[in-house]
Amino acid sequence: MKTKTVKRRAAAPRQPAKRWQLRLYVMDTTPKSQTAFANLKKFCETHLKGRYRITVIDLMKQPHLAKGDQILAIPTVVRKLPKPVRNIIGTLSDTEHLLVGLDLRAAG
Amino acid sequence: MKTKRPKPTTPATRLPKCPTGIQGLDEITGGGLPRGRPTLVCGGAGCGKTLLAAEFLVRGTVQFGEPGVFMAFEETEKELTANVASLGFDLTGLIRRKKIVVDYVHIERSEFHESGEYDLEGLFVRLGHAIDSIGAKRVVLDTLEVLFASLPNEAILRSELRRLFRWLKEKGVTAVITAERGRESLTRHGLEEYVSDCVILLDHRVNDQIATRHLRVVKYRGALHGTNEFPFLIGDEGISVLPITSLSLNHKISGERIATGIPRLDAMLGGKGFFRGSSILLTGTPGTGKTIVAANFAQAAARRGERVLFFSFEESPDQIIRNMHSIGLRLDPLVKRDLLRFHSARPSLYGLEMHLATMFKEIATFQPQVVIIDPITSLMDSGTDSESKGMVTRLIDYLKGGQVTSLFTSLTQGGHSLQQSEMAMSSLMDSWLLLQDFEGNGERNRVFYVLKARGMAHSNQIREFLISDRGIDIVDAYIGASGVLTGSARAAQGALEKAAVLASQQEAARLKREVERKRAAIERQISGLRSDYESESAELRRIADQVGTSTLMLTTEQAASGILRQADTKVAANRRVNHRNGKASV
Repeated sequence: MKTKTVKRRAAAPRQPAKRWQLRLYVMDTTPKSQTAFANLKKFCETHLKGRYRITVIDLMKQPHLAKGDQILAIPTVVRKLPKPVRNIIGTLSDTEHLLVGLDLRAAG
Repeated sequence: MKTKRPKPTTPATRLPKCPTGIQGLDEITGGGLPRGRPTLVCGGAGCGKTLLAAEFLVRGTVQFGEPGVFMAFEETEKELTANVASLGFDLTGLIRRKKIVVDYVHIERSEFHESGEYDLEGLFVRLGHAIDSIGAKRVVLDTLEVLFASLPNEAILRSELRRLFRWLKEKGVTAVITAERGRESLTRHGLEEYVSDCVILLDHRVNDQIATRHLRVVKYRGALHGTNEFPFLIGDEGISVLPITSLSLNHKISGERIATGIPRLDAMLGGKGFFRGSSILLTGTPGTGKTIVAANFAQAAARRGERVLFFSFEESPDQIIRNMHSIGLRLDPLVKRDLLRFHSARPSLYGLEMHLATMFKEIATFQPQVVIIDPITSLMDSGTDSESKGMVTRLIDYLKGGQVTSLFTSLTQGGHSLQQSEMAMSSLMDSWLLLQDFEGNGERNRVFYVLKARGMAHSNQIREFLISDRGIDIVDAYIGASGVLTGSARAAQGALEKAAVLASQQEAARLKREVERKRAAIERQISGLRSDYESESAELRRIADQVGTSTLMLTTEQAASGILRQADTKVAANRRVNHRNGKASV
């Protein structure tokens, strides 16, 4: 009990620096998918350098994975970590929306 | 409930149909939904869209061996399973046996952001994966419109929906898409624009505090379909649509006659009773013996070995059995032999459609040859007029279709015109018996007559209807100048008539004697007169003879004296007279 509390307290200041886990759901190698991946990569390099990980899931090959993250639109980026989960759909060409969507900047 | 499926011979040009297995719906649509095409089911909240869709899937796999995918946008798998379990569908089992896949699509608007272009390929992938995993032939999307609230870009959504429906057609699955009813259009978001093959509209209306669900096939491209609104209900075995007009008037007709259990009544009906499979209406004011006639009929049928189903909406089975026992009808042995079955329910227990569905179910399980509904009127009170009539029509059609003889008792209000109050029902009935009571002489007596009996000669006589501990007795009623005489008045009238007959017999005898006497007197007179006449005529003859003799003598004497007197006068005349007289005297 005590140790846990200590751990949590210790972890708290490090939170912003925590690694980001992003999942990118794509469909095969369609242009939209490729654009999205390129955009995401560029974005992360700019804003989250060194503390992100992108998993690309091709639903063409693994269609059963679509259900788990409630994927409807392609492409979709799911921010698994940090919580809460965020979904951003589209080719991610609109950086402003992406920043808002990922809670990196307040809306408006 | 096995309904006959007509049209086994489908021409090559006819649209292939995908039977839903939903009671009545296949009849309206002429075989089911368009196979391999999407069908839109729209309606307001709580009118049974999801249920219809779920039943389409479940029956598809259970009855027709076509697995299905349920893509739920509103309910989770668990909720859906619980909801349809109440209708006796074991969704969990079907999912486990890989007959049905339920995919719950959930989108939280707040977790959703949009950046750049996208499409709904994810939805396609999920649907495609689900279809392929079990080889589904049927798909339900319930309700796609949720997407309009979840996805920010409507333009993309619309183009993707268009693509989705095309894709579904290419997949060759029969799809049911549910949608919320719109204010001015069929659906709130205009989904009917994409689904153009078949549109079914569900509706839930409240009339006179009674809620009824209705179903209408708004559109069915390339196929004939019933366009009317059909009431439907959600029972414990799913949806049943109750078509009125899809049942045409082409029942097989039986020429067989069945006895009523009351010999005099049989005699009144051409000597043989009712036709098998006909519908009989028995109307009467309270306490005229409707249930007794019905019970007699039931007993007669059950004794012939037929199965009789007795729907009672006023009395409990035990009460009927006890009451009938008091007039000498033993129903309990027939119940024990399972030839007679009672089904009692309060009319107010549930709505009309529910009653009808329950009755259909009972009839389907028991397969009776005779059905008795006692009374139909209390059931009809639980619906509006047109609904009630529709219900009775459907019930009669259903029974006639199965050649089931049906007897409906109907309670009429005292003082009302009996005929008028039953106008709605009477046209549906083949035979109509009327029980009535007459008050007078401080008593109340029952009379009984056949108002109509289609297709048979029947008595036009009013009969008095007596109920004793030996059962029903029908006797002739007296019809006098003051109306029909029954009971003690009939007895009095009978005595009066007997006395009158006796009196007239005596009178006739007296008259006869009188006449006889007169004849004898006249004859006596005649013979007296005749003897008078004869004696007179004899006298007359005698006198005539005397007169004749005396005349002759006189002439002879005159002639003789004449000769003497004229001897000296004329010589020539003398000779002539002499000659003549000489001759005469010789």
